[in-house]
Amino acid sequence: MTRDAAHLLPSTEPVTLIDSDGHPVPHVGHDMPDPQALVSAYAALIAARRFNDQANALVRQGRLAVYPSSHGQEACQVACVQVLGDGDWLFPTYRDSAAIVARGVDPVEALTLLRGDWHSGYDPQTTNVAPQATPLATHLLHAVGVAHAARLRGEPTVVMALCGDGATSEGDFHEALNFAAVFRTPVVFFIQNNEYAISVPLARQTAAPSLAHKGIGYGVPSERVDGNDVAALLTVLGDAVSRARAGEGPQLIEAHTYRVQAHTNADDPRRYRSEDEVTPWLSRDPITRLSDYLAEQGLLDDERVAACAADAEQLAERMRAGLNAETAADYRDLFAHVYAVPTSQLREQQALVADELSREEVR
Amino acid sequence: MTSVVPEKMTMANALNRALRDAMRADESVVMFGEDVGALGGVFRITDGLTAEFGEQRCFDTPLAEAGILGMAIGMAMNGMRPIVEMQFDAFAYPAFEQLISHAAKMRNRTRGRVTLPLVIRIPYAGGIGGVEHHCDSSEAYYAHTPGLHVVAPSDPADAYGLLRAAIESPDPVVFLEPKKLYFSRSEADLTLPVPPIGTAVVRRPGTDATLIAYGPAVPIALEAAEAAAQEGRSLQVVDLRSIVPFDDETVCAAVRSTGRAVVVAEAAGFASVSAEVVARVTERCFHSLHAPIRRVTGFDIPYPPPKLEHLHLPSVDRILDAVDELQWEYA
Repeated sequence: MTRDAAHLLPSTEPVTLIDSDGHPVPHVGHDMPDPQALVSAYAALIAARRFNDQANALVRQGRLAVYPSSHGQEACQVACVQVLGDGDWLFPTYRDSAAIVARGVDPVEALTLLRGDWHSGYDPQTTNVAPQATPLATHLLHAVGVAHAARLRGEPTVVMALCGDGATSEGDFHEALNFAAVFRTPVVFFIQNNEYAISVPLARQTAAPSLAHKGIGYGVPSERVDGNDVAALLTVLGDAVSRARAGEGPQLIEAHTYRVQAHTNADDPRRYRSEDEVTPWLSRDPITRLSDYLAEQGLLDDERVAACAADAEQLAERMRAGLNAETAADYRDLFAHVYAVPTSQLREQQALVADELSREEVR
Repeated sequence: MTSVVPEKMTMANALNRALRDAMRADESVVMFGEDVGALGGVFRITDGLTAEFGEQRCFDTPLAEAGILGMAIGMAMNGMRPIVEMQFDAFAYPAFEQLISHAAKMRNRTRGRVTLPLVIRIPYAGGIGGVEHHCDSSEAYYAHTPGLHVVAPSDPADAYGLLRAAIESPDPVVFLEPKKLYFSRSEADLTLPVPPIGTAVVRRPGTDATLIAYGPAVPIALEAAEAAAQEGRSLQVVDLRSIVPFDDETVCAAVRSTGRAVVVAEAAGFASVSAEVVARVTERCFHSLHAPIRRVTGFDIPYPPPKLEHLHLPSVDRILDAVDELQWEYA
């Protein structure tokens, strides 16, 4: 194992392969993904944007209690999923609903938490997507554990563990990096640095040159990437997954992006940042950038644009149908999943609720 | 400057006023945590404090609860009176070791040579349709730890007075703010003497039975008493206000006066504050009781999702059912 610090150092600038005008940027050591991967990413980006827009609309209509949007971060959302294999795992946060859906989780099940029906609406076992973590950075250690178990069994699993810039201040982030490095577990820690933890800007989270530099102290090779450039993300994340799978241990990737919308619908960003700060980021939109590039390369015609838009609309339709339908919550769920075998106290408490509900019906 | 006449305000207003007045009165009082600066806290409790007192005295920290509380302990060791905000009940758990192993024990470890006058403010409990990790009733963890004071106001006037008292306290105070009461409005006279930490209060007189509640359960107990009055039963309501220290005298006097009691709390009942109340009152008032004390609490389950929380939370009907079971046939 190399102890050379230099190979751990991230590049001084984030890796970019397509600039914000849609032009290719040559980059030593990082190749442009193949056209098919970029076309797939385009379809996924359109779907992810539609998912965010539809979820925001459902909040306004009162069908979702709350939605932390990843609008503007869709390149990160889709790339981190596209580089995974079926047997790999994704460990998402509350802002990664679009990534979960890109991974194949049913969009209505993905939003169960935010609708208020149940905590985690999907089955983590069928898609290898862990329950979304609302506490910060705690799930990164679970990701290390999942990867370590797979390694002990000789399975080629890689775990993609997501967090934001704020979470890098939590102790669990540092413990996760250290454990992963010491045990050489195949985890890719993917930080979506969107500059804000609710109202607190990055400058109040760290004095380090970048969040990627945090890997050095733990012996984790780290890289910085333009978080609005899906081509660069696919290459950098794809390489990281390959290294992790090849037994080179954990990797840390920091994507530089921006939370262009509020933390959630309950937030008021006017209290802590100006529109002038947000505006330049709108012109760095990940979708415009990729579609400009693909059009320039002759990889995207009107027919494909229309087909992707139609697929995205179908996704939105599925969300509306599922989330506008009235679902009856079942009181038995309160007690059914606390233990493998409900305690006698829980059985008594369930009977009490059953009695109350039956009396209400009589009235 | 405090107001001179009672005025209508929310609990959020009252808490903000308490912080402001304490910071004006004592330069060693500082406030910090996540989003408490420019944003004014996610519930706006620290609104305007950075503007008035500057970045030195009300500031945002990196996102790390153990770090926030650990740094507060150090500042309290060196002449400051820090107030920290944990953003939500369940997000306070990373600070648990700092709280239990250090904040609670420093006085004891040093034979009183080092004391920690600090306040840990925690928006707590449910009833707001919040998603998981935003609605925990965590008071039992804190109340079980010797060395910590634990208080939970139920109205704006007490919120103001108890927070001023907590900031004045020479010992660490876990200050639990019932989220669902933040924006409830009532009249508060902030010029009244601050109630000492450790005193319960009779909120409503009554002669037939005593409801004992604290924090978010107090309004529902008062509502139940009102409903019972319409059915001809007179229920007294005691608001603990302070869980630690516990006011045995007021609570026991109240229960002795009626001979019947129901404890109402939002937290799960098992190994809880409500269990402690029943034990203490039974030990002291056994011969005055006409019936075993009943409890109406949250169930012994993780806090449920928004669509099911109404079934979990103590309700007027559930309280009245418990009152009905207090062996009235022996009255």
